[in-house]
Amino acid sequence: MWSMTLKRLMFAIPSLIGVVIITFLLTRALPGDPAAYFAGPAATQEAISQVRAKLGLDKSLLVQFTRYVGDLARGDLGNSLTTGQPVVTEIRNRLPASAELTLLGLIVSVLIAVPLGILAATKPDSLIDHACRLVTTAGVSLPVFFTGLILVYVFYYLLGWAPAPLGRLDIFFSTPPQITGFYLIDSLLTGKFDLFRAALSQLLLPALTLAIFSLAPIARMTRASMLAVLASDFVRTARASGLTPFTVIVTYAFRNAMLPVITTLGMVFSFLLGANVLVEKVFAWPGIGSYAVEALLASDFAPVQGFVLTMAVLYVALNLIIDILYGLIDPRVRIEA
Amino acid sequence: MRGKAKAMPAPAVMAETPPRRPLAGLAAMLRHGRYVISENPVTGFAFGLFVLIVIAALFGPYLVPHDPLASDTAAALKPPSLKHWFGTDQLGRDVFSRVVVATRLDFFIAIASVALVFLMGGLAGVAAGFFGGWTDRIVGRIADTIMAFPLFVLAMGIVAALGNTVQNIVIATAIVNFPLYARVARAEANVRREAGFVQAARLSGNSEVRILLAHILPNILPIMIVQMSLTMGYAILNAAGLSFIGLGVRPPTAEWGIMVAEGSAFMVSGEWWIAFFPGAALMIAVFCFNLLGDGLRDIFDPQRRT
Repeated sequence: MWSMTLKRLMFAIPSLIGVVIITFLLTRALPGDPAAYFAGPAATQEAISQVRAKLGLDKSLLVQFTRYVGDLARGDLGNSLTTGQPVVTEIRNRLPASAELTLLGLIVSVLIAVPLGILAATKPDSLIDHACRLVTTAGVSLPVFFTGLILVYVFYYLLGWAPAPLGRLDIFFSTPPQITGFYLIDSLLTGKFDLFRAALSQLLLPALTLAIFSLAPIARMTRASMLAVLASDFVRTARASGLTPFTVIVTYAFRNAMLPVITTLGMVFSFLLGANVLVEKVFAWPGIGSYAVEALLASDFAPVQGFVLTMAVLYVALNLIIDILYGLIDPRVRIEA
Repeated sequence: MRGKAKAMPAPAVMAETPPRRPLAGLAAMLRHGRYVISENPVTGFAFGLFVLIVIAALFGPYLVPHDPLASDTAAALKPPSLKHWFGTDQLGRDVFSRVVVATRLDFFIAIASVALVFLMGGLAGVAAGFFGGWTDRIVGRIADTIMAFPLFVLAMGIVAALGNTVQNIVIATAIVNFPLYARVARAEANVRREAGFVQAARLSGNSEVRILLAHILPNILPIMIVQMSLTMGYAILNAAGLSFIGLGVRPPTAEWGIMVAEGSAFMVSGEWWIAFFPGAALMIAVFCFNLLGDGLRDIFDPQRRT
């Protein structure tokens, strides 16, 4: 088990190196003189050359790259031009908001998509199968920001069930003490149930938006892989042995059908992390996505670079976790390793 | 006819098979296409939608009832009516005209980025699959590195680095789709690497590059075209997402993503039509391309049908 995990870790290293190289190259591709760029629009010629020396832009590309890697190793992502704050602190403060939203979206999505896919596979051509097909076809065509806006219109404006789409918490509430950074968990840990309710009601619509977006690939994969497993010999044997349909489907078939679904989660995360940016914009969510968008529009490059790097490292880590999880579920992978 | 003259100097061994009429393949494909459409009316429907989108893209500016840029503050924020089918926005501009006129720009961004990645990814992938070795390793490494990023996030980073223009949105969308194209082209070229017709071409003294361009490439073209129409929807979504967060297209240009962004503030006060109609247009376009992609796959590549 440990050797397999170690091997997976080794596989992630080339990806990480590639990510660091690309984010480095992105800064060097900035149009015009990067020194003038980082010095700001009001900088004098002297200030620009000072910045150039400080950033090491007068050195060779290789030296610059080593400096960049050194800065990264010390956890230095540079400072934001507009706020003057270190990018790392800002990202660290905002990351829990994004993580809470994305994870809840994924959980809701899995809770809907997996049962839907299983039911569709066990009853082909039934009403639920057609519903599943509709969801998977429509799901991939819906622009995520559009879904979010429709949900806001229906649930906030028409029905009045949801609070205004303005961030993580209504202004009448004070934020819970920082323990994990996840408002849902922190409010429960400190026993503030009204706070939990308020945070959940703000979170529900954006999470649902992300869930609708990621529903399609998960449901499609569950259905396809359940269909394949249900047609296999061991399921036939299990049925012939007189096991109840529930045991056959859940214990025998589903455990085997889960493997391709878990592989799909890697792709789903790629979409979710991207869609997260758009959803944060729609719901004025104070996460790292909206931080990057604000910086992007202000031509403030350091936060964008830090954001791209953070997201990529997160994505590589998530893929690593998926790989290890895969090994835990499927003993065959462990033997191969 | 050109085709016949070309078929004349065929080697003697081939003479036993009747000379193929040059258009027979195309005619058979059309027949098969008609069969697929009659078999699957959804594809026919998608094709009809596609024609409508192309018409809007080509002739949109000449067909619309109002000037898409003319503001009229007296008629601002009016709900859909007979005069303004999709209502008017905060500046009194006609939403219907803007949605129709925007088709051209959105369609152009999608086509341009897909054509670009078709060239880059297709050629790199074919070369990787055909030559193997170092070419394969380098292309594979590049594709893996791109895939290590969440794709939309990478597209944001690229636009931020290259500059905030429509052209760079096209480039960013092309780059994030690169691995998909390179992988399909690589797999298809790799299968054909030692195929009979390739060896025959090699023995007849063709150079490797010529074999690649004249023999392998035309053979994998249909599969690449299917790949194109399958990723077209994603290209539109990606570009609209970028312009939704304020990149590339600038107001007052009519473009679906930015129109949804402009209308989003009015969603909470009940003026739904400003964001709804461009969003719906976007959704229909993407839906159309996804269906069309599935239909084209049935026509060109029936084995992969699910």
